[in-house]
Amino acid sequence: MKVEKKKKIIKTIKVDVDKCNGCRACEVICSAFHSTPKYSGNNPARSRIRVIHEPIKDIYVPVFAGEYTAAECMGRDKYVIDGKEYEECAFCKASCPSRDIFKEPDSALPLKCDMCESDPPLSEPMCVQWCINDALTYEEREEEVEEEVEQEDLDIGLESLANKYGLDKIMDTIARMSESKKG
Amino acid sequence: MRYAETGFNLEVDLTRGNIERVATDPGLTELHLGGLGTNAKILWDRVLPEVEPFSADNLLIFSAGLLVGTPAPGCNRTIVSTISPQTLLMAFSMMGGFWAPELKYAGYDKVILRGKSPNLVYLWINNDKVEIRDASHLHGKGAVETAELIRQELKEPKAQVAAIGLAGENRVYMASIEHGRSSASRLGIGAVMGDKGLKAIAVRGTKDINLAQPAEFIKLCNEVLQYIPVRDKNPVPGVMAILAGLGSPKEMTVHDEKWHTENFSWGNARQRRKDFWNEEIEKKWTESMENVRTRLISCYNCPMKCGAIISVPGISTYAMKCFSKLTYTMAAFSDLDFGFRIAQRATEYGVDAFSTPQVMAFALELYENGILTDKDLPGMPSDSEGRFYWLLDRIVRREGIGDVLANGTYWAAKQIGKGAEAYAHNNIKKHEQLPLKLSMLNPVYFLMYCTGEKSNITQIEGNFPQAPFPTMEERKEFVKDWIQVPDEKFKQYLLDWEPRGEHSIPYYPTVQMSCEIVDWQEKMHYIDDALGVCAGLSSFPLKPPYHIHNFPALISSATGIDMDEDRLTQIAKRNRTLVRAVNVRRGLRRADEKPPEDHWKKRFPELETKLLDAYYKFKGWNNQGIPTKESLQELSLDYVSEDFLRRGILTDEEEVNREG
Repeated sequence: MKVEKKKKIIKTIKVDVDKCNGCRACEVICSAFHSTPKYSGNNPARSRIRVIHEPIKDIYVPVFAGEYTAAECMGRDKYVIDGKEYEECAFCKASCPSRDIFKEPDSALPLKCDMCESDPPLSEPMCVQWCINDALTYEEREEEVEEEVEQEDLDIGLESLANKYGLDKIMDTIARMSESKKG
Repeated sequence: MRYAETGFNLEVDLTRGNIERVATDPGLTELHLGGLGTNAKILWDRVLPEVEPFSADNLLIFSAGLLVGTPAPGCNRTIVSTISPQTLLMAFSMMGGFWAPELKYAGYDKVILRGKSPNLVYLWINNDKVEIRDASHLHGKGAVETAELIRQELKEPKAQVAAIGLAGENRVYMASIEHGRSSASRLGIGAVMGDKGLKAIAVRGTKDINLAQPAEFIKLCNEVLQYIPVRDKNPVPGVMAILAGLGSPKEMTVHDEKWHTENFSWGNARQRRKDFWNEEIEKKWTESMENVRTRLISCYNCPMKCGAIISVPGISTYAMKCFSKLTYTMAAFSDLDFGFRIAQRATEYGVDAFSTPQVMAFALELYENGILTDKDLPGMPSDSEGRFYWLLDRIVRREGIGDVLANGTYWAAKQIGKGAEAYAHNNIKKHEQLPLKLSMLNPVYFLMYCTGEKSNITQIEGNFPQAPFPTMEERKEFVKDWIQVPDEKFKQYLLDWEPRGEHSIPYYPTVQMSCEIVDWQEKMHYIDDALGVCAGLSSFPLKPPYHIHNFPALISSATGIDMDEDRLTQIAKRNRTLVRAVNVRRGLRRADEKPPEDHWKKRFPELETKLLDAYYKFKGWNNQGIPTKESLQELSLDYVSEDFLRRGILTDEEEVNREG
């Protein structure tokens, strides 16, 4: 099989916790940007970035919403950095049952940062634009990824499905799915 | 749908334990906006002049400003209003932080408290669920400590808490309401909270705030936000560092305290130390601050860093902002290290950092002059720092002499007698002022000190420079991009203002110009206080991002209310007049409107009379400072003039007399 190399843009928000003044402007503008119609409302509880902060302990960590997870971790570790003790959750991006952030407050549906994807694209995600203290900065880098890797994953996945349901059934299903897509 | 505001107030009767969610009249938003404006309306309607501050009928109102909770940068103020136990007039202390936005997200614009709880309680507002909870276990706890204990007990780390310390519980007239890095400190509102048996209000909200014209509004917010770093990179030249930039005076970043330590008075607002500042002190004080300041912090949705987390080794961490850094230091003739240490205890006790050090310095001055003796101060240590701690502990507990001092210098002097009154020399309307003692009368400041309804200079001064620039080049440079002026004529006033000669103080700015300058500066504060915009981005600094020309569009795009500069000016005037009306009905008259006798060395009684006469007239008030029937009608405040006529505060004849 021919290995295809593909260019991919990796979007990165760099978080400098030392520069955070705890103002939560990132939460404000994130929730405003993602409301419908755009900016029509704002509510930090709907934000896809939250500042985990404990002022008295000097802990200020802006965290972005990542994947939803159905189960909470079995254990929770602690990190001591520069003499300050952080709960593991302070760095975790998951929308998870152990906490109330990264969930819509009324429906509890999980929220996920989409880097403010929009058409036309923004120069930077809104939280970065509104963090004029530069605790949040935006970087893009290009990476070459090999398509083959994904192909292998697909092979493994399909093979396990074929083992479970039989190859015929899988083929039928795929045929039906592609038919309905066309229709 | 209501825009920018929630349209609901919480009415809490602490006597009966009753809580109601009450829809508000959108018509009042059009007339008063919100915040201080609607607070004044409520106090006018519901707290009659006979009501004593420590009466169940006095109201304590916590209000968010109209634009709080929207994305408008720096719009986060809580406006607390009640009747002050110290001045017996309307108090409207304010605080930044995170409390007011959280209240809006919980679905309320105001919390209106009446009655008195028989036991110490706290209020827990969690969206639609509101409960009065027992706080007997929080008796005597520090304000910062209380906030933490409540968050733990509720298992709500995101709850925002406003709490009183021991001073509030004991109804000390300098008691503050503390909230993280912020506090509503002036005029004893913490004492009213304590009198009501309310230790704290915790709030948590997860609802939306809506905007009427989102695209327009966010464009204006972006302009404000983008201007802030530009302004920061271009400090105003020729003014002292703390006035060159935006924000509240940057006391947490500035190390050079030459200006404050040599121009403000030490002790009981007595002694200027003109050659105090030197390299050695600068080095020591810089070290003191660097050693304890762990982070510069801001309020909700604001890029500024006016506050700081302070961790003095060996004592618990707290947050500080602004000038409390120096008030204890200077009152005690001590150093910055002491200032940071005692401010920690004072913050937990919950006391006003302007009045409290002055009260203690006043007590020590009475002691030095034999008016208070060892009998009154049994066991007081001999060193200045030790005495300050000793006095502070007694004041907040109302123990011994502390019970007298807890009422502030004005009332304490009256009670002590023996000539003590002469030592309570730095008050306006019974309220302790900044320890500034200057030489030549400044006509603009004279009017602001006399008539400022809050009796606090920082709440009325701001957009016009405090002093003339020495050279014409500097003046031309300053007015070049001075877009914030409401009228071009103010540029000319500044261009013509000289440090010496014919065009200098006290006769220039002229009487008319002084009236206009004061009116402009005050107007901007009243707009901020209705909207909940921090003065640090608006009415306080020179060339701020918010001003009379962008406010109307911000208000109309947020709320959907039609707004232009004239209408906004009229609303600010209405709110300002209504606050005055509340106070006039409580007895405020011209005789009360004067700066401390010794504020300036060079006084000009004739000019001062002219200034006050002209300013009253300019404001639409009669010669006693009472708003006239005509001006009240013009502001749709007919109900005030009717009340004044009924009470004999205004008479029809008086109106006729004024014509002649």
